[in-house]
Amino acid sequence: MRLVVASGKGGTGKTLVAANLAAVLSSEMEVVLVDCDVEEPNAHLFFPSEEKVLPVLIDVPAFESSRCNHCGNCSDSCQYGAIVVLREQLLFFPAMCHGCGGCELVCPQGAISMAKRPIGHIAFSTPRQGLVLITGVLHEREVMSPRVIREALNYASGHALVICDAPPGTACPVVETLEGADACIFVTEPTRFGLHDLTLAAGVAELLGVPSGVVINRSMGDDDSIRDFCRARKLPVLTTIPFDRDIAETVNSGQLLTDRMPIMRGQFRELFSRACVLTGV
Amino acid sequence: MIVCVTAKGPGPEDLMEERFGRSPYFLFKNTEGGEWSSIANKFADTAGGVGPRAAQVLIDRGTHVLITGNIGGNALAVLQAAGIEIYLFKSSGTAADAFQKFIAGQLKKFS
Repeated sequence: MRLVVASGKGGTGKTLVAANLAAVLSSEMEVVLVDCDVEEPNAHLFFPSEEKVLPVLIDVPAFESSRCNHCGNCSDSCQYGAIVVLREQLLFFPAMCHGCGGCELVCPQGAISMAKRPIGHIAFSTPRQGLVLITGVLHEREVMSPRVIREALNYASGHALVICDAPPGTACPVVETLEGADACIFVTEPTRFGLHDLTLAAGVAELLGVPSGVVINRSMGDDDSIRDFCRARKLPVLTTIPFDRDIAETVNSGQLLTDRMPIMRGQFRELFSRACVLTGV
Repeated sequence: MIVCVTAKGPGPEDLMEERFGRSPYFLFKNTEGGEWSSIANKFADTAGGVGPRAAQVLIDRGTHVLITGNIGGNALAVLQAAGIEIYLFKSSGTAADAFQKFIAGQLKKFS
C-alpha cells in the first residue's frame, strides 16, 4: 500500500504526520518513508542517521561539432528552448533540457548522442528497526523535481507499506507523488489559507482518483470551516492534532510525538487504520 | 539595419514592453526606411525556456539591434553569440518613441 501525506498549503504539518506515522508503524511492520519534497526535504531531521547516496541522472545531448552543419533541426524540434542554432555556432542550455532525446532523432548528421547529467540524488538510511527512509534531493538551480520524485518512488516500489511525504502545492511535483497512490491524507490547519489550499489539493486527488481524508492540525477546537468543507466534499476527518505548546516544542526540537508522548502512539495507529479504510481494504 | 522593439501591441503606436522573452509582440523596422512589421510572440505565455526561443525569432529575422527594457541571462547569451546589439529603453513610451530615441543616439547600449 502506498499512502501519501499532502496538504496544499505549506507548513501545515505534512512531515510531522508522515514521520510519526512511519515511526509508530515501524515497531510492528516494515515501513518505507519516502520524502518526495525534493526541493526542501526535511523528514531526515526527525531521523538523523548515516546515509548512502545514489545520483539521479538525466539524458542530455552531447554535440559533435565537427559533424554539425547548423541545419537547426534539433532547435526546431526542442519543445523546451534548450538548443539555439546560429549560422556558425550551436548553444545548449542544459538546465532547460528534459532529456527527451528528440534532437538525437532529428539530426541528419548523426552529430548528437545522449550523455548523462546529474540533477539530484537519492539518500537511503535505516534510522531505526523496521524503517527505511528514502529522501529525494533536487540539486540547486535545477528545476525537474518530478524526475527526482519518480526515481525515489521507484526505489520504494514493491514494499508492502510506503508512506510518502508530499511536496506542498498542487503542481507537477504533487501530481507525480499522488498519481497511483492508494490513499491520501491531507494535513490542514483551521485558517483561511489552509482551507483555500486544501480545496485545491483535494481537487487534484479527486481528478487522480485517489481516495482522501483530512487531518486537522493546530486545532483550536473550532474547526467549523474545515469540517463544513469536509462534509460537503465527503472527505472524512481522520484525526485532529491540538494547537499545543508541548507538541510544538517536541517537534521543533526534532523529536517525534510518538516517542515522547505515549498517548500519541494510539492516535497515530488509529489514523493509520482509518487511512486503510479509505483504500477499501 | 534591422531594429526590433518589444511591444505590448502589434503597431508602432502601442506601448513598449519592458520584458524581452515574454513580450507580446516583436516589432521590426529597417533604419534605411520602409514600413514597420510585427509578429506575435507565441512564447509569451509559455511556462519556461522562453528567452532562447524568443532570441531565435530575432535571429531568423536577421535582426541587428534589439530595443527592450530587461533581458534574462539565457536570452542574453544567445543574442550576444548572434552579435545582436542590445539597447535599453527604461522609460515608458510607444515602440515608435523608443525607435526614435535609438536613432537620435539617446539610448544606452547594454554590454
